[in-house]
Amino acid sequence: MNPIIALSELRFRWRAQGPETLRIDALEVAAGERLFVEGPSGSGKSTLLGLLAGVNQPQQGRIQVLGERLDQLSPTARDRFRADHIGYLFQLFNLIPYLGILDNLTLPARFSRHRRARALARSPSLIAEAKRLLTHLDLDLDLDQRALARQAVSELSIGQQQRVAAARALFGSPALLIADEPTSSLDADRRRAFLELLFAECAEMGSTLIFVSHDASLEGLFDRTLRLQELNQATGRSGPTARQRAAPVAQAQAAQAPAAQAQAVLAQAPEASAALTAK
Amino acid sequence: MAILRLALHSLLNRRFTALLTLLSIALSVALLLGVERIRSEARASFASTLSGTDLIVGARTGPVPLMLYSVFRIGNATNNISWQSYEEIAAMPRVAWTVPLSLGDSHRGFPVLGTSRAYFDHYRYGRDKPLQLAKGERFTDLYDAVLGAEVAAKLGYRLGDAIILAHGASDVSFARHDNKPFRVVGILERTGTPVDRSVHVSLEAIEAIHLGWEGGAPLRGLDIDAERARHMDLTPKAITAALVGLDSRIATFAVQRAINEYPQEPLLAVMPGVALSELWSVIGLAENALLVISACVVLVGLIGMLTALLIGLEGRRRELAILRSLGARPAQLFGLIIGEALLLTLLGMLLGLMLLSALLTLGQPLIEAQLGLHLGLGTPGPREWLLLSAVLATGLLVGLIPGWRAYRLSLSNGLSLRL
Repeated sequence: MNPIIALSELRFRWRAQGPETLRIDALEVAAGERLFVEGPSGSGKSTLLGLLAGVNQPQQGRIQVLGERLDQLSPTARDRFRADHIGYLFQLFNLIPYLGILDNLTLPARFSRHRRARALARSPSLIAEAKRLLTHLDLDLDLDQRALARQAVSELSIGQQQRVAAARALFGSPALLIADEPTSSLDADRRRAFLELLFAECAEMGSTLIFVSHDASLEGLFDRTLRLQELNQATGRSGPTARQRAAPVAQAQAAQAPAAQAQAVLAQAPEASAALTAK
Repeated sequence: MAILRLALHSLLNRRFTALLTLLSIALSVALLLGVERIRSEARASFASTLSGTDLIVGARTGPVPLMLYSVFRIGNATNNISWQSYEEIAAMPRVAWTVPLSLGDSHRGFPVLGTSRAYFDHYRYGRDKPLQLAKGERFTDLYDAVLGAEVAAKLGYRLGDAIILAHGASDVSFARHDNKPFRVVGILERTGTPVDRSVHVSLEAIEAIHLGWEGGAPLRGLDIDAERARHMDLTPKAITAALVGLDSRIATFAVQRAINEYPQEPLLAVMPGVALSELWSVIGLAENALLVISACVVLVGLIGMLTALLIGLEGRRRELAILRSLGARPAQLFGLIIGEALLLTLLGMLLGLMLLSALLTLGQPLIEAQLGLHLGLGTPGPREWLLLSAVLATGLLVGLIPGWRAYRLSLSNGLSLRL
């Protein structure tokens, strides 16, 4: 079976003269796989997700998603690719505050005809598909259409907001769902329930799930875990956040000392894929 | 289309700031259009102060001063025309009618015009509109006066009231013609021209009140009372200016040349239209300055919008990242912000137009009564459309700044939600 994602010889730095942020020699993800990406902040998680979503462009290497070479597409083509094939879930505040629940949920159909068509293939109307997803994600909302259209997203609890966001990311069955620590704002019980609903829906849609978190306790629920800290061999690792950019170099190195040791061990065993602990 | 819908919703969500921005744009647009409307109306009313007259004749001076003192009754003539010259001009071939004008006296600050009854037939304003009497009739008796609308309204005169004329422009006791009181016999309809501010009496009356005033003040022992004056020769020796009508427009240049080259006396004949536009080019400067100032006010309103949009943008970085994650191109986010600027400007302009209409509806009677300006309510004229499109274009240009910033932010931040 062809992998849905194939990276090779990937090099990325934020600024042309800046330090290298990401260096991945090889990574493949199979279609339908549920991949857990684990790593502390600064390990290059956001950078990797940005590359997979086609927002950032590597200086070197190949990024193949769904058979499309993202590293060779124009910025506009990558934006269209993302609209058509990728659902994205943020850590918090995923919803546009000035749109109602229904408008938020059906946004992917506004940006992509492709996803609109696939949503309509599942349900007779966009609204029906939105309701179907909300029901599947166990969202206890008054599903009266008018109330749903009007209800402000700010009236929802955090957990409800995350489920609406998940429904939006899955709207129109994208082939790839990227989730950037979407459960970190939920308590442990809800976290598990949320994940199970997400898995079920991904399975039904046939979507591949890439799930990023620093919470290793969730690891067991996934098909495979990828330890980014071990996979990423970049020399000057520093995340894109201002906080980390401002941090003194010495301090950053001290914090990463254990990681450096791990890398030293890995360097002796050149198989980068060893970092992937198959399950 | 999806982007414009988003822009609308986003504005509705920030309705308080949006409303304030809208209000400042609306007020400034209303001011701009109001100034423009008053300007064009003042210009039209100015150009139509005098119509139907082919030539104005006075002592030799410039066209603008002649126009100023003979028609607008501003300032004084430096020289007069002799009565003999006037009669000879009246007898020239192609001259259909003449109206003598004699100025120099006043009544409580309003100029007094000595003229003939023909004045009421031949003086035209606007589009060939004749003078109409609101009350009473034209002067017949030597001591009859016909008041302009504003004189009557401001001083509260009614038919039959007695008025005292004063010598010169100042109304001080020793310069009053108080031995010859006049009776108000007619009040004219409002015209929006200097006629409204004039007191009209016969040419003979001007002569009568100046009997014994040859030195510019009453001579002692030469006091001639009102009744005695009636029996004296009241043919004027000189007049200030004359309105001349020809039987054919084509003759205008020939008659003008004949008067300008009149051998017995240095005279000047000007065509009112030419002199009026020359005069406007002087006054128009002030009007232009007013327009420039109101254009600056619009700019300030739009800069207010710029500030609101730029500040708003800081709080919307997350929103931009979410839209990016959904596949929005940086160009679309640029469009989102520009769309908001466009909506604000358009709505502001619409509100401004409505505001102006409301103000005009309410203020129209007052403006007409105070300034004699008739401000039409109708649809905007071509110049106003031009101003409106300039406002829209400026709004769009101003929107480019936050739009560009949103574009840059969405490129540099990508999907990261740092604040």
